[in-house]
Amino acid sequence: MLGEATAFFKNLGAARAIIVLFLLFLLVVAYVQGLPVTTLISNSLTRTGMNGILVLAMVPSIQAGLGLNFGLPVGIICGLMGLVLAMEWELGGFTALSVSLAIGCVLALGAGYLYGYMLNHVKGQEMMVGTYAGFSVVAGMCMFWVMAPLHNPKLIWVVGGSGLRVTTALNEAFSRVLDRFIMVKVMGVEVSVSLLGFFALACAAVALFGRTPRGVAMRVAGDNPAFATACGINVDAARMMGAILSTVLGAVGIVVYAQSFGFVQLYLAPLMMAFPAVAAVLIGGANTRRATVVHAVIGALLFQTLLTIALPVTQTVIQGDMSEVARMVISNGMILYALTRGRGES
Amino acid sequence: MSVATKPARGRWTPADVLNREALSRNAVPVMFVCLCTAGVLCSGRSMAFLTQEAVIRLARNSFLVLSLIIPVTAGLGLNFVIVLGAMAGQAGLFAVTHYKIPGMPGFLAAILIALPLSVGLGLLAAYVLNRARGREMIAGMILGYFMNGIYQFVFLFMFGTVFPVRNPDLVLPQGMGLRNTVELKYMKYALDNLLTLNLGGIAIPLATLAASAAACVAIRALYRTKLGQDLRAVGQSMHIAEVSGIDVDRTRTTAIVLSTVLAAIGQIIFLQNIGTVNTYNSHEQVGTFAIAALLVGGATVVKATVGQAILGTILFHILFIVSPHAGQRLMGNPQVGEYFRVFVAYGIIGVALFLHALERARRR
Repeated sequence: MLGEATAFFKNLGAARAIIVLFLLFLLVVAYVQGLPVTTLISNSLTRTGMNGILVLAMVPSIQAGLGLNFGLPVGIICGLMGLVLAMEWELGGFTALSVSLAIGCVLALGAGYLYGYMLNHVKGQEMMVGTYAGFSVVAGMCMFWVMAPLHNPKLIWVVGGSGLRVTTALNEAFSRVLDRFIMVKVMGVEVSVSLLGFFALACAAVALFGRTPRGVAMRVAGDNPAFATACGINVDAARMMGAILSTVLGAVGIVVYAQSFGFVQLYLAPLMMAFPAVAAVLIGGANTRRATVVHAVIGALLFQTLLTIALPVTQTVIQGDMSEVARMVISNGMILYALTRGRGES
Repeated sequence: MSVATKPARGRWTPADVLNREALSRNAVPVMFVCLCTAGVLCSGRSMAFLTQEAVIRLARNSFLVLSLIIPVTAGLGLNFVIVLGAMAGQAGLFAVTHYKIPGMPGFLAAILIALPLSVGLGLLAAYVLNRARGREMIAGMILGYFMNGIYQFVFLFMFGTVFPVRNPDLVLPQGMGLRNTVELKYMKYALDNLLTLNLGGIAIPLATLAASAAACVAIRALYRTKLGQDLRAVGQSMHIAEVSGIDVDRTRTTAIVLSTVLAAIGQIIFLQNIGTVNTYNSHEQVGTFAIAALLVGGATVVKATVGQAILGTILFHILFIVSPHAGQRLMGNPQVGEYFRVFVAYGIIGVALFLHALERARRR
């Protein structure tokens, strides 16, 4: 029993073992303090499903040798476009979801192509260039949101009659459509099977793609470009594949996130959205050169559970909202740790 | 600023000045001069208003922009770490507000308090950046976000609890945490009002401008010293510098610490003009805007001069002043202009990084 436990933690790695133990400790404190533990767990699972695909988007980028995809907002903007159009046309339910996903993916294919084309010209500096590509796209799109030729009164400001609102609530039929589809209650813990199932499907798709010839080529190109070239693999095309896949997952991720959240946030909201996703995949055990789907799943689960549970628990001990500060320190500390170890050039 | 080589005939013609090489080398400032001119014409504001605003903004922002130059020379790229210096500067300002030190003594005391803090933070930053060779910029940026979390923890949770401060000017009513905005009642305009020249209705804060001028002179003087040569050598090639007996890590550390200290002073100069500290936001954008201003002046990731810093500050801030007005007049919406300037700030950094990476990838 003890041996099995040690083996489990050894597999998990020290950092993850500490986080798991800390989470268990938090849950015990929550139970002792009389907090509803079942609600905490179901919230954690919902948030994992909500953020999971954005975390998953890091995997193809790292595998293709592009490093951590700080340019995730490029994909997020495409997904937001899909959401906004679905709302403009007053769609609801699964129609709205599929239309947003379809528009988001189509736009992300194009945007991902351009993004990949740019990254292929800046080998070795992908992360920094990607960060500012994402920032620029978000800031540039702000001007579009102000002037967008959309007319649905639910989307635009009441005063002035033009310009999209900063935050818009999804309509009743669209909001949480994927979450509500299949809900299961196990021992008091409410779980949305459909939301987690969709995340699992996305993970399976990325994992399966990794086993196709193209996927293998992508990973080899990311791992060792010189070797890949010698094997006759087109390294640039493989990197392009990684960029496009990551951008498309970013678009899908934000649509799933928004339907679960119930709101669409425009303007500067997507600016920093890459950072929690980057931190999560690193917490899951990835580094700037190696990442698997399992890292994304473990990372999303641990990071989101930590954020969900830590807030109410610390509130019973310390007054004031510590969660924002904790999130900043943990996520950026994790990224900093990943950047300062390993090879100098990325 | 570079000028075209002298033509063979020995006489300058406009075509020589505007030859392709010179233009492409100065493409960014030229483009921004055009953009600013268009913005000024579209904004419909009087020249007096624009000049006054430009002078104020040059005085309060140039020092921060100047703090970026040394790390560029040392090959560390655009130094996003100046955010840490800004935090140190703000800590100094909180202290003098707490002890109610007025005017110029308050200004100097704030610098004195910020000095050791910024040296410490600079050393920490240098430690991190030396471990992240080849990706200093992204590491510096993330370090800024990370330290922002620590900063918030210190001033939101340790203030009033660990540090027993009860001053209602600073502490939130519940006795813990610093107020969201701290008014610098005692030392607002401390430096600006020291010596003001009124020139045709335009007030020029001479002392503040003199501080920036002093920084310019100091940076140029630094480059003539042994340390300055070392900085340059390290910036050109770490490997060659190492072989020729320069302690590379130490030189890089010096560059970062100097930059952080200058940024702390710069932030104090900036905020004595603004008059209030947004405790949790004032420092966040410091890096982005200062870097954007430097790049607008024609600097690159590997080369920056004091002239580019000053020119960039002027151009970037003229654009900042006119874009909401121009947005209002052209699009009927001031928000377009406001987002436009945010876009310019991020976009110019993005383009500069892209061009630098392109150059580096091509050279390999």
